[in-house]
Amino acid sequence: MTTPLLPDDYIALLDPRWSTREATGTVVRVRSETDDAATVVVKPTHPWPGHRPGQYLRIGAEIDGIRHWRAYSLTSDPEHPEGLVSVTIKHVSEGKMSPWFTESCGPGTVVFLGNVEGEFGLPDPLPPKFLMISAGSGITPIWSMLRELRRRGALDDVVHLHGTRTTEDFIFGPQLRELDGDQDGYHLHEQLSAEDGRLKVENLDELCPDWREREAFLSGPREMIDDFVAHWESEGLEEHLSTERFQPVIGTGDAEVGSGGTVSFVVTDKEATCEQGISILVGGEEAGANLPYGCRMGICHTCVGVLREGQVRDLRSGEVHGEQGETIRTCVNAPEGHVVVEL
Amino acid sequence: MTPPTGASTASIPGTMDDEKAGPSRRDGDPNAFNPLFRLSSEQIEEIGAEFQKIHDEVKGDLGDRDANYIRSIIEFHRRLTALSRIVLMASRYPPAWLLGTAGLSVAKILENMEIGHNVMHGQWDWMNDPQIHSSTWDWDTASTAASWKHSHNYVHHTYTNVIGLDKDVGYEFMRVDPKQRWSPEFLAQPLINILVMLFFEWGVAIHDMDLEAIKKGTKKKSDLMNDLKGIGKKGGRQVLKDYILFPALSGKHWKKTLKANFTANIVRNVWSNAIIFCGHFPDQAYTFTEEEIADETRGGWYVRQLLGAANIEGSDTFHLMSGNLSYQVEHHLFPDMPSSRYKEIAPKVKALCEQYELPYNTGPFWQQWLMVQRTILRLAFPGGKETPKSPPYVAPPEQPRAERTVQAVDGPIPAFP
Repeated sequence: MTTPLLPDDYIALLDPRWSTREATGTVVRVRSETDDAATVVVKPTHPWPGHRPGQYLRIGAEIDGIRHWRAYSLTSDPEHPEGLVSVTIKHVSEGKMSPWFTESCGPGTVVFLGNVEGEFGLPDPLPPKFLMISAGSGITPIWSMLRELRRRGALDDVVHLHGTRTTEDFIFGPQLRELDGDQDGYHLHEQLSAEDGRLKVENLDELCPDWREREAFLSGPREMIDDFVAHWESEGLEEHLSTERFQPVIGTGDAEVGSGGTVSFVVTDKEATCEQGISILVGGEEAGANLPYGCRMGICHTCVGVLREGQVRDLRSGEVHGEQGETIRTCVNAPEGHVVVEL
Repeated sequence: MTPPTGASTASIPGTMDDEKAGPSRRDGDPNAFNPLFRLSSEQIEEIGAEFQKIHDEVKGDLGDRDANYIRSIIEFHRRLTALSRIVLMASRYPPAWLLGTAGLSVAKILENMEIGHNVMHGQWDWMNDPQIHSSTWDWDTASTAASWKHSHNYVHHTYTNVIGLDKDVGYEFMRVDPKQRWSPEFLAQPLINILVMLFFEWGVAIHDMDLEAIKKGTKKKSDLMNDLKGIGKKGGRQVLKDYILFPALSGKHWKKTLKANFTANIVRNVWSNAIIFCGHFPDQAYTFTEEEIADETRGGWYVRQLLGAANIEGSDTFHLMSGNLSYQVEHHLFPDMPSSRYKEIAPKVKALCEQYELPYNTGPFWQQWLMVQRTILRLAFPGGKETPKSPPYVAPPEQPRAERTVQAVDGPIPAFP
């Protein structure tokens, strides 16, 4: 059969998972790691193309009719014998997807699998000495990298500093404590922020005196990363530090018009700056980008583009919204901080 | 005290604020007095805010129910198409041919109207499902998705019924409004009208080329070539599919298949032409001039949409088969609202009409269609007057519910239960 209906459309009538248009997977089980974190184990419908430990997966799910996407670090081993993959998710009560993953989804739920992305991971060749620094759910990419080092028999000299609120809150805590006991090359320090305060740069010299000689990997909340990056930079060692930050930089304007921001158009390859209350479309045009547009009032959807990064403010309602992969109308949305748009 | 009887003069268009007679009061014809210019700018903004509220309420309420609706319609369409093809395998038996062709016609209508038109409007973009999205959808008709989205979503829905800007007023080759200047070529209009009915999809396909500019020679040659290439590619694929590939698959009964496809396309064309012409060309719909909409605000845009569109009354099935374009008024107010919601918000739109003494244009299918045909025939010739417009909407009085009674010895008493 032919356009616009393709054989795939008919095959999908028999079983939606047979469609080859989109990569999907079926949740096999959801395993509780701590009181508020769970590992979601997924069987991909098509063979898994593989990933590098430390990378993240864009995973989508439909919640009340709307497809949402989030990126989570892969916690599964790259070549799982049953072809399973997993992400480990901490419940954020005001979030949309993490409560759904940790509470609502279960065996049999179909999820959408996006691309495996991210540069955070083990370098090649491996450095002789590692320093891993993580806090909270930032443990997930570090966990994957530690397992990889162990598989490769390269867990020779790793110091791991992890910040967690309490002992019980430490995702993968039991397994890592066991690893600490078994392997001479792995040293774990748990900093309980409820008792000892957060992990800070001031603690470094005491906890890991030779930190300057180590290749460092850092994953955690933004403020922590900012502090550590500044510290490494002040010593001129930034080349020896890799980071993974999970929260995008968002403007802080609380006025209705928002903070304005910058836009990267990836297809037209233009950079634009939007002042307060200036739409992405107008900012892009002023920067010389040739963008699709129509009514310029949010009705015709001619100007839509896929949001790759950042968040936008709807200039009509003042609402700040946007997640990776969402299509937005550039004529009525302004950047809120830095955004990347596929246009 | 007895309530005042008789019609209040305030509800008759053109009897108020004579000194404020707006620019659209034409030739002393009271029916041409456009309600848009009777409203103060504050009122227009109030109405705009009220409409926006209806829009936002629905937007906030969209969810599983709506997603399931569009998915079930899409699935139904695909099943119906597949089933019709299977039935057509037996097309050497006339009843099978008839049944298969009817199924195919219905499928094409559903696909074009309730699915294609609405998906490409962005009505389902909120689901964030890349398969059911205005940026990726293509439909089973001759026009390309891109050119249609430009001419329809942008030009028509932004400049609705503005003579000279909205190219859907007569599609640049028909005279459907007396404000359009007559020229002798319109004498062929009655014949052209029938051709447009039969081959509507091809008219839509070339619609975005801007015939006016081509006639005047102002269109760039490279743009014209690009347009022709796009139309050729999409139209060619449609011809290949309906008139070569499917017949070829049918072996020696290829003629039956070809006839079935041709018939289904014609049925779809005639039907969609009827529904679409009834959306803006019936007598009640107002048209506007460019001067009238200069400095228009969002509120003014809403009121213009309300005045420029006309609904068609009918059953739920009728609404579905018209892609809910029978709720043309609601569709024009909220072009990106899921079509399944139009019926639900119609009472709120009517209530606003009543509050601000605005018309709510509607009528039964045959009345609307015949009005359109009459206008097309009349305006083939020079002249023509503004058509009579609807009075402000007044909700029909609620029928007093007759109380059921049973006969008792001393007269009727209320029935139980």
